[in-house]
Amino acid sequence: MSGFGTLLYKELLRFWKVAFQTIAAPVLTTLLYLLIFSHVMQGQARVYGAVPYTAFLVPGLVMMAVLQNAFANSSSSLIQSKITGNVIFVLLPPLSYWDFFAAYVLASVVRGMVVGVGVLLVSLGFVELSFAHPLWILAFTLCGSAVLGTLGLIAGIWAEKFDQIAAFQGFVIMPLTFLSGVFYSIHSLPVFWQNLSRFNPFFYMIDGFRYGFFGVSDIDPALSLVVAAASLLALTAFTLALLKRGYKLRH
Amino acid sequence: MTPAILVQQVHKHFGAVQALSGIDLEVAPGEFFGLLGPNGAGKTTLINILAGLTRADRGSVRVMGHDVIEDYRASRRALGVVPQELVFDPFFSVRETLRIQSGYFGLGKNDAWIDEVMHHLDLTGKADANMRSLSGGMKRRVLVAQALVHKPPVIVLDEPTAGVDVELRQGLWEFVRGLNRDGHTIVLTTHYLDEAEALCARIAMLKQGRIVALDTTSRLVNRRDSLYLKLRLSGAALPQALAARVRDSHDGVHTLRLRSYAEIERALAHVREAGAHIEELELLQPDLEDVFVQIMNPEQGGRGREERSAVSLLSPLAFPKP
Repeated sequence: MSGFGTLLYKELLRFWKVAFQTIAAPVLTTLLYLLIFSHVMQGQARVYGAVPYTAFLVPGLVMMAVLQNAFANSSSSLIQSKITGNVIFVLLPPLSYWDFFAAYVLASVVRGMVVGVGVLLVSLGFVELSFAHPLWILAFTLCGSAVLGTLGLIAGIWAEKFDQIAAFQGFVIMPLTFLSGVFYSIHSLPVFWQNLSRFNPFFYMIDGFRYGFFGVSDIDPALSLVVAAASLLALTAFTLALLKRGYKLRH
Repeated sequence: MTPAILVQQVHKHFGAVQALSGIDLEVAPGEFFGLLGPNGAGKTTLINILAGLTRADRGSVRVMGHDVIEDYRASRRALGVVPQELVFDPFFSVRETLRIQSGYFGLGKNDAWIDEVMHHLDLTGKADANMRSLSGGMKRRVLVAQALVHKPPVIVLDEPTAGVDVELRQGLWEFVRGLNRDGHTIVLTTHYLDEAEALCARIAMLKQGRIVALDTTSRLVNRRDSLYLKLRLSGAALPQALAARVRDSHDGVHTLRLRSYAEIERALAHVREAGAHIEELELLQPDLEDVFVQIMNPEQGGRGREERSAVSLLSPLAFPKP
């Protein structure tokens, strides 16, 4: 097996070995959101004219779980390795910075998708969903989880303690996901907040992802995919530059 | 012949601290080389630069002819490093750890060699134990095994015996000696000077980021131009003629520093003329520790410590020593 393949395998094995924490717990948390919101909002609202709120909510929650878990995977893996010192096991071998980047981000994509599929499957037991454009669903899942996996890698490279990862998660990732239209269509917002949402790249990921289910969305899914893909490219270039320089990894 | 390690004019600073100031070093293939120096001398920094964990500000470093920056893949393949810190990945068992480490070097089917390394390091019984459950000594062995999975021609051990029990130390050195006999180049840093003296054919001493001594171990030890005579006298005090030679004097035991064996006779003649009787006499040879202390603290000049062993040069291979 190649060095890249081994690092990917190791990253997958790492979260698989603690699947209760990395897969089961996030699935349960997301379902609790679904349970509570659908109870409170029952019969209260329809979105896009015809979609019941609970059905509208499910793709948002799925994507939120995908994004948060993709971020959690690469950031926690790297910060743990740095703090315990075993990061040298991946710094001593002849792995290129591309290998390093691709393995961590792909493992994050897999973790995000596994959790996402878990949430979706269980939700289908309670909520009726359509799958209007499955390829759009897949495209946004891949793109979104890769963006967050890359952000997690940046956070893991930058942070020197768990506290800083928690800060990154709490003050950047959480606000961006919660304010991205997971729980509402941005058309229900005042104009100011609508406009502000358009600067949030997570909004495009969730909106485009939802389009894959209902065939309707706040904005054109092609534009959303362009924004998501451009974010991914920019973050990738930035992360590769950090890794090539050895920023905070090779002093 | 391509040197196993070639370090040229390496400088490195961390903030205001100059860690390395112009290191030049060449280690030949097959050598057993020692890197000594007090804490903070720059040993680990130099090793980290060699391993690509740290980048030098200036200068170049090559492992088996491969530059550690330009040609890092080849240089890292040629190098196995046993780190100083006792690090491990708590998610995996010993065998998983070694398989994964092997895979990072692109070696997928490496189980025969992994089994052999585990056997030599007495790890076979713990192959499927989780890393967390191992004792410190066992974790140290796994680190050694990890450094060897890709059969590197050059092996660097950064204080591998710090905090390790006597049995493991002996076993480890036996194993490392065997690797050296098989042609591996070994670079060792240690705080135990008797170990360095017994194992290394050549030694570099570092102090504040500079190499202050670099020679074969035997020449380093013999370069001391003095020996020590310990005397306990009765009947009369130490004669005045010897006062200038006293390095240390307490509880009636005087330690005299002499320049040559010829001076022993003269010193004893002074004692006899003063009418003193010799109750106890011991002749102390210089060892690496004296040389080390002398080089690190030139004004102090070594010796004078009561616990010195008188036989360290006579049986350089008999260790661990008391």
